[in-house]
Amino acid sequence: MAEPKVKYDRQLRIWGEQGQAALEKSSICLLNCGPTGSETLKNLVLGGIGSITVVDGSKVEVGDLGNNFLVDESSVGQSKAKCVCSFLQELNDSVKAKFVEEYPEALIETNPSFFSQFTLVVATQLVESSMIKLDRICREANVILIFARSYGLTGFVRISLKEHTVIESKPEHFLDDLRLNNPWPELKSFADSIDLTAQDPVAHKHIPYVVILVKMADEWAKSHGGKLPSTREQKKEFKDLLKARMISPDEDNYKEAIEASFKVFAPQGISWDLQKILNDSSSEVDSNSSDFWVMVSALKEFIANEGGGEAPLEGSIPDMTSSTEQYVNLQNIYLAKAEADFLVMEQLVRSTLKKIGRDSNSIPKATIRSFCKNARKLRVCRYRSIEDEFNSPNLPDLQKYLTDEDSSIAIGIYILLRAVDRFASNYNSFPGQFDSAIDEDIPRLKSTAIGLLSDLGCNGAALAEDLINEMCRFGAAELHAVAALVGGIASQEVIKLITKQFVPMSGTYIFNGIDHKSQLLSL
Amino acid sequence: MADTAATQPTRSRDLDKLLLRPGNLVGPRFEPSAQLRDDVQNHARVLVVGAGGLGCELLKDLALSGFHNLDVIDMDRIEVTNLNRQFLFRVEDVGKPKAEVAAKRVMERISGVNIVPHFCRIEDKDIDFYNDFMIIALGLDSVEARSYINNVACSFLEYDSDDNPLEETIKPMVDGGTEGFKGHARVILPGITPCFECTIWLFPPQVKFPLCTLAETPRTAAHCIEYAHLIKWNEVHGGTDFDPDNPEHMKWVYDEAAKRAELFGIPGVTYSFTQGVVKNIIPAIASTNAIISAACTLETLKIATECSKTMSNYLTYNGSEGLHTKVAEFERDKDCLVCGPGVLIEVDTSVTLQKFMNLLEEHPKLQLTKASVAHRGKNLYMQAPPVLEEMTRSNLSLPLFDLMGKLSKDVVHVNGMTSKNNQKVSCLRKLRVAFKGVDGVTDMDTAGGA
Repeated sequence: MAEPKVKYDRQLRIWGEQGQAALEKSSICLLNCGPTGSETLKNLVLGGIGSITVVDGSKVEVGDLGNNFLVDESSVGQSKAKCVCSFLQELNDSVKAKFVEEYPEALIETNPSFFSQFTLVVATQLVESSMIKLDRICREANVILIFARSYGLTGFVRISLKEHTVIESKPEHFLDDLRLNNPWPELKSFADSIDLTAQDPVAHKHIPYVVILVKMADEWAKSHGGKLPSTREQKKEFKDLLKARMISPDEDNYKEAIEASFKVFAPQGISWDLQKILNDSSSEVDSNSSDFWVMVSALKEFIANEGGGEAPLEGSIPDMTSSTEQYVNLQNIYLAKAEADFLVMEQLVRSTLKKIGRDSNSIPKATIRSFCKNARKLRVCRYRSIEDEFNSPNLPDLQKYLTDEDSSIAIGIYILLRAVDRFASNYNSFPGQFDSAIDEDIPRLKSTAIGLLSDLGCNGAALAEDLINEMCRFGAAELHAVAALVGGIASQEVIKLITKQFVPMSGTYIFNGIDHKSQLLSL
Repeated sequence: MADTAATQPTRSRDLDKLLLRPGNLVGPRFEPSAQLRDDVQNHARVLVVGAGGLGCELLKDLALSGFHNLDVIDMDRIEVTNLNRQFLFRVEDVGKPKAEVAAKRVMERISGVNIVPHFCRIEDKDIDFYNDFMIIALGLDSVEARSYINNVACSFLEYDSDDNPLEETIKPMVDGGTEGFKGHARVILPGITPCFECTIWLFPPQVKFPLCTLAETPRTAAHCIEYAHLIKWNEVHGGTDFDPDNPEHMKWVYDEAAKRAELFGIPGVTYSFTQGVVKNIIPAIASTNAIISAACTLETLKIATECSKTMSNYLTYNGSEGLHTKVAEFERDKDCLVCGPGVLIEVDTSVTLQKFMNLLEEHPKLQLTKASVAHRGKNLYMQAPPVLEEMTRSNLSLPLFDLMGKLSKDVVHVNGMTSKNNQKVSCLRKLRVAFKGVDGVTDMDTAGGA
């Protein structure tokens, strides 16, 4: 048996031991194990998800052999859930794999409490009416829900839960927390202890750019009434000043300072995104508040008081040209400030917990530490209920999507994917499902789609004829490559939701396999 | 549900809807029919290059998209760290050749599919090997390997006298790549869409730490690790090359790096991080590979059948902060040495093959050394193996004009070495040779020439 840590090495480098532990603790339920569902679970089982339960009432048919890798010839006639489950088990024996031979639609009707045992439900190939019911059940039970559907060359993925909060959002590009234009006393005095006019060329080219910029920002402010460069001309002048301080053209530290000078020009204080979270009504906490919002409430106090308008310091610095000694000293100054901020925050969190009648130690130190380190990058994602979206979509956006050339195909697919379900409930088959009925299905689908649009308040809106024809041609086919793609996206979103790292998608992802101009729609 | 009798369900139940029915958003030469489906199944040969994270997915996806004749080439053996995503491999397969196990697993599960594995380097195959495939699907993780296959595929491309690509010589490629939550999928139709070399700027060279930083002013854990790996190892182990796959070597580098980090007060050196830095490990997960491979497969199916519009021509996917996908339409580099009509070289009819090879070395754009030269599939000179070198050596002193059958102009293929970013790399170049003073030469388009 291979050491699990080694097996998961390539993913541990992305989400770490904590993310992995979250995956291993979670239990996932899959509804319908056609290729879309099977491929979603395959990716999660490989990554070491805790347990899976496959729900599907159908038997394997010959046609399934042509689009689902998780069944084979020996499966024909047997329970699809059972066959898929046993192959998934083969992929990773540390996963607990179960199956339930029942139709999801029936389970949703007869046994809604079944779903509350899971961390997350992946619902694939469900029609609209079942989606709405399942969404209600999962919201009630606080179970994360994700829908995935493959339909011909199109499909969608949609996350549904009330709220998802992220501490470790891990953005790729984010401004370093260096406080160059707002140094705290220790950073200021460290900068003061270094003389930029020192004549030793070796020492001069090893002064870290952070020190250069702290000093130059200070110098500028002194001669400009306390203000920092703000106009284009002033910014250029600031850079020219830096250039003038170079004593040799090969001084990388000064080049880095010039390149990083935009960090001096950045406004002090917190971002608009963070302000929005602080202003959220959930930050008025009570005994029902989640740990996240308790910490946000503490953060609000920190920023207003000890933080002097700033969030807790992140505490890390990027690599930069420097002597080892000055770099390590600088790093320690940032670390010490981050630790001091953390200790203040910890007290605030503890007292907030006490105030709302919770055990003041109920949030672990490590969580508070991580919260402080990521305070500037917090994210809150909220998702409308399926019922709300389906019955009263955001009308101005819907109309904009319909008239905007860039989004007309994506919204066309969205409307048609809903129209095919309405079609199916009226005519007992999907448009184009049978060769013999295609010709009559095309006008039927068109009028169904137009009817749907007018129910949504878009009278007179038109969809491209070509797209309607294509949708009939697809005839509800579940193509393996489309299923693998849609399932791949669904599994990636599951990972982000469960590890609580990175940022899950918002809105509905419309997959367009015709020219790959896929799009996120928020309705 | 009615009329099932008319359509007896078959394996291709879902695929048939796409391939047997006429469509509106399709390619100009789409001819929906059972014949089309059967042709894909029986005659369309696709080569999958790489049997790793992307390659495993590609084989499965292609086999379930109607392609029943596949080849797969990979020189690697299965490692434990592959198992979190390379779903065709099991713990007991560790150490076995990837290509062989991958081919076997897919054939076991999907009857009627034939997959020929090739457990070797891509350079070990004759160029002609690659010409037997309708489409080449790339599931690679290195710029060099992509570049090599691109060179090979573009070498088949021929142009007519107006410099328009000859359609039957176009060897389509689909290329995928992933890193963490991000990836790309692209379609390369040499002569029509940009080839890998046209957009080589998409892969900037890796940044390396200056040696003086490593030796004199280390600041980060990576600096300490690279010092142990690049400097200290050679000082201590003079004669022995560092082998990243040897755990003892890795442990030694880690210990040295940890010592150095402690000396300077630098945090962050761990064994795992040491491996990451030394082997330049790219994080990889199943979901991203699945997404990218599926996009590549869809495009492969479209190229083979025109059953839908094609992606034009470069898709990027990023799932780390929300979900972002984008299709960019990149343009060809008109002067591309690889997919263009070929560098024009004008020579006298008296020039010998040896003299011609010297010219290639001096040519500012080519700088091509150690050349092996072929003309219309015939080797004029081969550097290796020794047997062939000896057999073709006598040609060196003969006039190239005679060796090329006294044609006034024609194309030769040259395999050799050139330098890129100050490194010697192997390359394959197509050259248009024109002989001065022979009929027709004056009409030849010299744009982009020597």
